[in-house]
Amino acid sequence: MALLRSAQQGEGSSMSVTTGVDGPPKVAFFNDPKVRSIGVQAILIAVIIFFGWQMVQNTLANLERANIASGWGFLDTTAGFDLSFTLIPYSESSTYGRAITVGVLNTILVAFCGIITATIIGFIVGVMRLSKNWLVAKVAEIYIEIARNVPLLVQMFIWYKVVLAALPSPRAAWSIGDTIFLSNRGITIPKFIWGDGAWMIGVAVVAAIAGIVMLKKWAHKRQEATGEQFPVFLTSLAILFGLPLLTYFALGAPVEFEFAEQGNFNLRGGVGLVPEFAALYFALSVYTASFIAEIVRSGILAVNKGQTEASYALGLRPNPALRLVVIPQAMRVIIPPLASQYLNLTKNSSLAVAIGFPELVAAGGTVMNQSGQAVEIITIWMAVYLTISLLTSAFMNWFNARMKLVER
Amino acid sequence: MKRTLLSLALGTAVSLAGITAASAGTLDDVKSKGFIQCGVSQGLIGFSNPDDKNNWTGLDVDFCRAVAGAVFGDGQKVKFTPLSAKERFTALQSGEIDILSRNTTWTMGRDTSLGLVFAGVTYYDGQGFLVKKSLGVDSALKLDGASVCTQTGTTTELNLADYFRANNMKYEVVAFEKADEVIAAYDSGRCDVFTTDQSGLYAERLKLKNPDENVVLPEIISKEPLGPVVRQGDDAWFNVVKWTYFALLNAEEAGVTTANVDDMVANSTDPGIRRLLGVEGDFGKAIGLENNWAANAVKAVGNYGEMFDRNVGPETNLKISRGVNALWSKGGIQYAPPVR
Ligand SMILES: N[C@@H](CCC(=O)N[C@@H](CS)C(=O)NCC(=O)O)C(=O)O
Repeated sequence: MALLRSAQQGEGSSMSVTTGVDGPPKVAFFNDPKVRSIGVQAILIAVIIFFGWQMVQNTLANLERANIASGWGFLDTTAGFDLSFTLIPYSESSTYGRAITVGVLNTILVAFCGIITATIIGFIVGVMRLSKNWLVAKVAEIYIEIARNVPLLVQMFIWYKVVLAALPSPRAAWSIGDTIFLSNRGITIPKFIWGDGAWMIGVAVVAAIAGIVMLKKWAHKRQEATGEQFPVFLTSLAILFGLPLLTYFALGAPVEFEFAEQGNFNLRGGVGLVPEFAALYFALSVYTASFIAEIVRSGILAVNKGQTEASYALGLRPNPALRLVVIPQAMRVIIPPLASQYLNLTKNSSLAVAIGFPELVAAGGTVMNQSGQAVEIITIWMAVYLTISLLTSAFMNWFNARMKLVER
Repeated sequence: MKRTLLSLALGTAVSLAGITAASAGTLDDVKSKGFIQCGVSQGLIGFSNPDDKNNWTGLDVDFCRAVAGAVFGDGQKVKFTPLSAKERFTALQSGEIDILSRNTTWTMGRDTSLGLVFAGVTYYDGQGFLVKKSLGVDSALKLDGASVCTQTGTTTELNLADYFRANNMKYEVVAFEKADEVIAAYDSGRCDVFTTDQSGLYAERLKLKNPDENVVLPEIISKEPLGPVVRQGDDAWFNVVKWTYFALLNAEEAGVTTANVDDMVANSTDPGIRRLLGVEGDFGKAIGLENNWAANAVKAVGNYGEMFDRNVGPETNLKISRGVNALWSKGGIQYAPPVR
C-alpha cells in the first residue's frame, strides 16, 4: 500500500493540490487505476479458466456419451506392436507408456544430433558465403537457396530414396574389415560388452575432459602473461583419446566386442542405426543449416566494419580477426534467431512419420490408433513438445546472457 | 478492452456450442444433406480405388453405393473420403464420415472402446506374407531375422508381433503410415517381407515393379473379418447399414440380380422375395426407408455375389475365389437372417 500511495503522489501532484488536505489523496476505490487494471486482469483470468474448465468438462462428457474410452490407465496396457528403433529395451510385450517413452527419446536423439550438425554446417556455410573467393561464396549461396527453398518433407523423401537406392542389400553389405557394415538396412557397428573394471574407462573420459578444461585455462593465462601460444587443440585431442585408450590397455582390455555377422536376411548381432534415422537426420541438418547460415551471415555483417579494420591495424591476420574479434560480437545478433531454428528443427522432426522413423508423433500415433485414446495422446504430444521447447529456450537464454558478459 | 472480452466470450461460446451439438441421427442427417459420406482407403485395388477421374471402384466402395441405393434409390449419392489406417476411426468418431468402409478388421477392442460398432462382415480375410521369390523362402516359419514392412495403426502390426513371438523368431519391423510408402520401401529392398491382409497382398502386389517376382506365402496367421463400421448409439443408422448388407446376401441367395430385379418385383410369387423387395410387408418403413429399399440397393450394385465377382473375383486382376466368402448354402460362411 505504501508503494501504491507514493506512486500516486508521484504521478498526480495536481490532485494533492486540489484536495488540499494533508495525507494521501482520496480516490474512489473503483477509479483507482491500479485496482482497475488488477480487477480487469483478474476477471480475464477467471473467464479464461472458466472456459478452459468448461471445455475439459465438455470433452469428457462428450467422450463418455459417445462411449469412447478415456483416462490414463491405457498407459499401463500391453502395446502389442514393435518399433524399429529404440534406445531403451522395448518389445511388443512392453506397455503403451513405454512405447511413448521410446518415441520421446528418439525425438530428443534426432533433435540433439540435428542441432549440433546443423550448427556446424550453418556456421561454415555462413562464413563461406562472405568469402572473398567468388567460387566459395557462390557454392555457399547455391546450397542455401536450394536447401531452404525445397520443402523439408520433399528433402526427407529424397534422402530416404537416396539412402535406400545407393546402399547394397544386407547380403552384399559393404564392410570395413568385417567390423562396420553398411547396407540398406542401416549401419551396424560392433556391440560393446563391458567387462570387469570397464567403468574405469568412463572415469578416464571424464578425467580427460576435466584435464582439457584446465589445460585451456592454463594456456590462456600463459598467453596473457607471456604472449606465447600453446597448441591447445591438438593436445586436447591427444588427451581425449589417449587417456581412455591407455586405461583400456592398462586394465587388460576389459571390453569385448560382439561383431555383426551375416544372417539369413539381415546382419545378426552388433548395434545398428536404421536408414530412416539417417534420412531424417540428414534432411533436418541440411535444411536447418541453410537458415543458420543466413543468420550467421547477418550476424557477421552486423558487426561494424571498423572492428575488422581495427584488428587488422593491431596486426591480426584475417582468420584470427574473424575468430577472435568479429564472431564473438556477432554472436549477440546470432543467438536469438538461432534459438528459434533449434526449436523449429525439434518440431520438424515430427515429419519423420512419413518415412517410418518412430519418433514421438509416429510412435504416439500408433498408440493412439491401437488404443483409440486420441485426446490423451494429443495432450501428451503437446506437453512433450512444449517441455522440450521451453527447455531449449531456457538454455539458449542462459547462453545468450553469458555471451553478453563476454563483451568488454 | 470490453470489446475484446465480448468477442472472446462469443467466440468461445460458439466453439463450445459446436462441440456439444453434432450427432443427431445419422440417417436424418444423411437424408437432409442428400448424400452419404463414406470413408474408404487411399487406394486398394478391388476394395476402394480411385481412377484418374476420381471414380471410385471396389467392394468397399460398392457397399457404400448399396447403402445410398437403399436410402435414396440412387447409388451415386455417395461422396468418398480417402483415409489412412491411422486416421479412419477418428474420422468416424468426429462425424466427418457417416460410414467407414475401408477393409477394417472387426476386433473386440474396436467394437467396444472406440464408440463405434461393426455392422457386418463384407469380406472374411486373414493376414499373409509376401516375399521376393529370390529369397527362396517357402514358409513364414523360415522368416527368422527378417525385416518386415507394414502399415501403422492396423491389426496387421499386432498380429505380426504375436506371430513372431509365438514362434520364437526375431524380426525387424518398419512401419509406415501410408500404404504407398510401405510398398515403395518393400520394392526398394528395405524389407524382405511385406505383410497385410491376404486380399491386400494380392492387390498391392499389382503395384510392384515386377509383380511376378514376388510370392504370397501359404500361412494365414490371423482372422481378419472386414466390414463396415458406424457410430455406437445410433441404432436407426446402424440398422440401415446392417440390413443393407443382409439384403445383398439374401438377394444372392434368392437369385435376385441387377438383371432380373425389376422383373422379380413385378412378377415374383415367392413370398420371401416379395418381402425382400418390398412388394409385401412394411419392412422398409421399419428401418426408416422406402419399402423398395432392398430392390434399390440391388439395382445400385447387384447382389453380394455380383459385387464380389465384379471387384475381386476370378475374372478380375485379383483372381480371388469365393472361398469362405461363399454363401452358407454353397459351403461358405456368408449368412444373413431372413426378412420377415
Ligand atoms: N484390416 C486391417 C487394415 C489393413 C490395411 O490397412 N491394409 C492396407 C494394405 S497395405 C491398406 O488397405 N492400405 C490402403 C491404404 O492405406 O489406403 C485393419 O483393419 O487394421
